[in-house]
Amino acid sequence: MPAVSTPVLAAQAAEEIFRPDGWFLDNVWLIAAIPAASFVIILFFGKRFPKQGSEVGIAALGISWVLSVLTAIQWIGERDSVPSGGEAEHAAGTALAVAQEAEHEAEVGFAAVVNSITWWSNGGVDFPIGTLVDGLTVMMLLVVTSISLLVHVYSTDYVGGDRRYTHFFAFLSLFSAAMLFFVMSENIIQMIVGWELVGVCSFVLIGHWWEDQANSDAALKAFLTNRIGDVGLLIGMIILFWTAGSFSTLTINERVVAGELSHNTLLIASLCLLAAVMSKSGQFVLHTWLPDAMAGPTPVSALIHAATMVVAGIYMVARLYPVFFEGMSISGSSINALALVGAITLVGGGLLAFVQDDIKKVLAYSTISQLGYMVMALGVGAWTAALFHLFTHAFFKAGLFLGAGSVSHAVHGFDMKKDMGGMRKFMPTTFWTFLICSAALAGVFPLAGFWSKDEILAGSGGWGLFGGTGGNGAYTSMLVMGILGAALTGAYMTRTIYLTFFGEFRGHGEPHESGKRITIPLIILAAAATFAGLSNLPAGFITGSEDGWQERFLHYVEPVAPYFPAIGHATPSYTLAVVSSIIAFAGIAWAGYYYFVLVAREGATATELADGLTNKSRVARAGYTVLKNKYYFDLLYTDVIVGFVKGPLAKATNWFDRHFIDRTVDEVGRRSVTAGQFVYDKIDQLVVDGAVNAAGTTSQGAGEGLRKMQTGRVQQYAGIMFAVATVLAGIFIVII
Amino acid sequence: MLLNQFLVLAAILFSIGVYGVLARRNAVLVLMSIELILNAVNINLVAFSAMTGNIAGEVFALFVIAVAAAEVGIGLAIVLLMYRNRHNIDLNEADLMRG
Repeated sequence: MPAVSTPVLAAQAAEEIFRPDGWFLDNVWLIAAIPAASFVIILFFGKRFPKQGSEVGIAALGISWVLSVLTAIQWIGERDSVPSGGEAEHAAGTALAVAQEAEHEAEVGFAAVVNSITWWSNGGVDFPIGTLVDGLTVMMLLVVTSISLLVHVYSTDYVGGDRRYTHFFAFLSLFSAAMLFFVMSENIIQMIVGWELVGVCSFVLIGHWWEDQANSDAALKAFLTNRIGDVGLLIGMIILFWTAGSFSTLTINERVVAGELSHNTLLIASLCLLAAVMSKSGQFVLHTWLPDAMAGPTPVSALIHAATMVVAGIYMVARLYPVFFEGMSISGSSINALALVGAITLVGGGLLAFVQDDIKKVLAYSTISQLGYMVMALGVGAWTAALFHLFTHAFFKAGLFLGAGSVSHAVHGFDMKKDMGGMRKFMPTTFWTFLICSAALAGVFPLAGFWSKDEILAGSGGWGLFGGTGGNGAYTSMLVMGILGAALTGAYMTRTIYLTFFGEFRGHGEPHESGKRITIPLIILAAAATFAGLSNLPAGFITGSEDGWQERFLHYVEPVAPYFPAIGHATPSYTLAVVSSIIAFAGIAWAGYYYFVLVAREGATATELADGLTNKSRVARAGYTVLKNKYYFDLLYTDVIVGFVKGPLAKATNWFDRHFIDRTVDEVGRRSVTAGQFVYDKIDQLVVDGAVNAAGTTSQGAGEGLRKMQTGRVQQYAGIMFAVATVLAGIFIVII
Repeated sequence: MLLNQFLVLAAILFSIGVYGVLARRNAVLVLMSIELILNAVNINLVAFSAMTGNIAGEVFALFVIAVAAAEVGIGLAIVLLMYRNRHNIDLNEADLMRG
């Protein structure tokens, strides 16, 4: 890519900036307000509705979904209406990325639609509240409302007959409303509010079946782990406010892009915000809450993992991208904190997914791993690739979770080894949708995951392996991690599919296919997982085709405006796509050989090899133990850190308390008692009390005397009064 | 000018009233005596008003009449309650406020 320096782009964009306009873009607040209203209605009147309030939630999300679609259509219309000299060139369909890039840069700027009012005002600082609509917001609105609507429909069957059915739907609505509020926030205060609201809702929903101690512990763990990151969020936001002098995300971004803020401040701010991303988006080392959050009902897991909650961290980075871009020096380096955290999470989470027996936990670690992809993509400057992966991941991961829910609904358990096996015979619809979503997750061509994952890989390895060009830096190590992750993903999903759907049924009872309210969302999500990838075909993929097919996602979502940094766009590399596909297939093939051939040979009900690698090799067994114990992170947190605080630290503090603080306090106390005794004896008893007693005695004497006058007879009083009046009158006369 | 006569009349009424207030034991009669005192004052006010040609005195007399009416209303109510509770209205007996 020809390096276009930032000021040029900013200046150019500032000159001709297009301001989109439209009713839906201006009134996007309705999309969040309707589910919020639905929450209140369900909470207070839900039980009076014929279907216990679930229809209110579905209707609200349905309206929000329609509004989101209309907003998206309006946004696309406005985006396409931009008069651009480059469009004709684009239509020519030249495969040359240079031409693509030149065209992209030559476009006129495209402003976001901002509507805000002053929420409150304090000390001369206005706290605004409002909506910000650009491609990113529109995409998130679409994802959140779509997934949430499907989850609502699915839940009517899945949690049907639950004792807190109404309550569940109320909080599903609030959860969606909170996430929608968060993604349309115009300023960082509003973002913090939305962020915390999402956290509270996840707490409530994870602990939905709180009668079980484990569930309520998981909810607490999710909430408290997130609090750690929230501290980082608050500090980061405060730094941004004081350096940029504004709460508005656009103002902050514009000032960063214009180079008005110091690099070191941005570095500190972005590191603080990274802590928030680590907790919210389940990145190492604060990921431990996420697998435990599986304690919640499965629809909630789907919602948390696909559309709300965990993608909040990704969204926050994407929204404040200039801060990270400048603070982390993403452009032109080969490693940075964001990319590193993402890459470690990507591989670490993928490995952990191997040793899980609980189907939902496999998916949970898979989510951690995929979120690692997104964070890594953001870290290497592949902004659009990260958001595109968020978009495709939302569909196939929601499909996988709902599919897992469908299976566990049928077999009344989550353990793949004990409760499942051979399910493809009982639940064909669930099996096929699960298979499609798994393939999409594993990056099988031409399903959704292939396109988005490949785009991330292309974005990372720009100057490195396999002949890629463009991008922002030589993130070769990230490319290697990404390809490794792809192989892991293929392998653990193959394992999951074998254990769940193949072999003999190992559970109890007669499982059967779930009802229509479960299978229809599954089919819709599988279809989306198949086709979502087509929304961002790489440039030059279809040569000579119509303009409307290539890089549409990039075109509509990535801002071209002064509030967005001049990131470099990588050129897609066919070699890279082929190599990563081969490696992913190698992962699938390896796991497939292990399970479908070796394990299946052991018997239809076998789940592992009797003399497998872990039994033969000490190294492999040690590795398995480490993974089984989740890298000992939980042990570190509960036993080492909490244990240290509870044991030695508490004892030391206690000793210090007794010997230093208590002694001082005791000494002060004793001295005070002596001083007090002296004051009491000499001053209080003699001087003060004496004075008070004297006053009392005198008053009593006077009172005794005067009392005799108080006969209670009105006429006597009147007599005295007249007598005195007469005397006074006499004096008056004499004097005058 | 008949001012002296009026003043003398007022003085006599006032004295009768004071006597009644101080000497009678019947509460109703005491109230009536108070009326006498107030009306003595009224006569003075009207007399001086007529002498000086200033209407203010007569206005004040009207105020006094209104206040006196209210005072008698409350006074009689107290007397009535006193009778209900004690079956007499002897002021010498009503000495609950004795110190």
